[in-house]
Amino acid sequence: MEVLYQNLFNLDVKMVIMWLIGGILIYLAIKKDMEPTLLLPMGFGAILVNLPLSGAVTQGLEEGPLSILYKAGIANELFPLILFIGIGAMIDFGPLLSNPILMLFGAAAQFGIFFTLCTASMFFDLKDAASIAIIGAADGPTSIVVGQKLQSNYIGAIMVAAYSYMALVPIIQPPIIKLLTTKKERKIRMEYTQKPVSKTTRILFPIFITIIAGLFAPASVALVGFLMFGNLIRECGVLDSLSETAQKALANLVTIFLGITIASQMQAENFLKVDTLLILFLGLVAFIFDTAGGVIFAKILNLFLKKKINPMIGAAGISAFPMSGRVVHKMALKEDPTNFLLMQATGVNVSGQIASVIAGGLILNFFLH
Amino acid sequence: MFQIMMLFAPMQFVENLRYMGLGMLGIFIVIGAIALMTMLLNHLTASKQDDSKD
Repeated sequence: MEVLYQNLFNLDVKMVIMWLIGGILIYLAIKKDMEPTLLLPMGFGAILVNLPLSGAVTQGLEEGPLSILYKAGIANELFPLILFIGIGAMIDFGPLLSNPILMLFGAAAQFGIFFTLCTASMFFDLKDAASIAIIGAADGPTSIVVGQKLQSNYIGAIMVAAYSYMALVPIIQPPIIKLLTTKKERKIRMEYTQKPVSKTTRILFPIFITIIAGLFAPASVALVGFLMFGNLIRECGVLDSLSETAQKALANLVTIFLGITIASQMQAENFLKVDTLLILFLGLVAFIFDTAGGVIFAKILNLFLKKKINPMIGAAGISAFPMSGRVVHKMALKEDPTNFLLMQATGVNVSGQIASVIAGGLILNFFLH
Repeated sequence: MFQIMMLFAPMQFVENLRYMGLGMLGIFIVIGAIALMTMLLNHLTASKQDDSKD
């Protein structure tokens, strides 16, 4: 009889708190539609791994399936890299290719990463600080790869922060953008003329990016290479079936395992620490300063340009594709219902995707050895 | 909390500013090179298209 209830005595308050956190993630995913593909598996996983003596994770010599998945797909960075093939196949670089100067905003909006690196270094050692700073890449797979390669002690908290803040972009960005811009600036119109982009350019672009990124930031080659491989499959025109599989089946399969496997790092004893709160705060700092970096860069450019840029588009360089572009577009429409910035913001947004990966590679170049 | 307060080292912010400088410089160089390469690609392939029309 005792065998039926003895595990109840292994339950502690911390585990129940983690169930609540898991419940909140599930609530945000379902009710608020915040990154449901990741927050829901992570929320359920948080409950799963915080049951006393949970068989889902390794207990003593008994290996658990989530621990095995973690070793097989995250510890070696395989899942996020495979997911990048799917993401690359989903992205249309067209708006960026027809206006390449927009890429500079993607670069400027990585400021939050490096600002947070300095801030986090006041509390953590440099490798952990760098892993925390990369939350500002607003790109889950990049955060996982950098955190794993730098062997951060806080990988669970970093992954939760990275994905949660990506979901919170529509809440985080608007107040920062409003704070840094005037109503007049937010109403600036930007002409958009869709210049034709040749198929040759679309095919050569992913190949050349991989070569350039590899030459300057060799540590970024895996990330950039997998992203661009996915894009090459999309653009080559002879692999439509593979492109569709990468965009849908492959990306969905990896996402299912990614979310729940990340949760294996959310065991109460590792997660419920003051450090976790500090990491969540630093992640927010990274997103705020990324946004500020993009907006301020656009304002600086406006000092020299005759045709003014709407500084709000700088904020879309944060990556977090495609939410950030949509946020800027909606804000512009709110100020002036006839001002459409979607294409410009989307161009900046995809440039942020490239820039964030390169920022991850640079961070690895600095701290990997 | 106590452990974090023990680790708090404000001078690290200043010491690591060089990474901020290097990082932003690096990212602008790489993205700038990609932007230039894209402009060049657009230019070369556009003139090819024009030629083929002629």
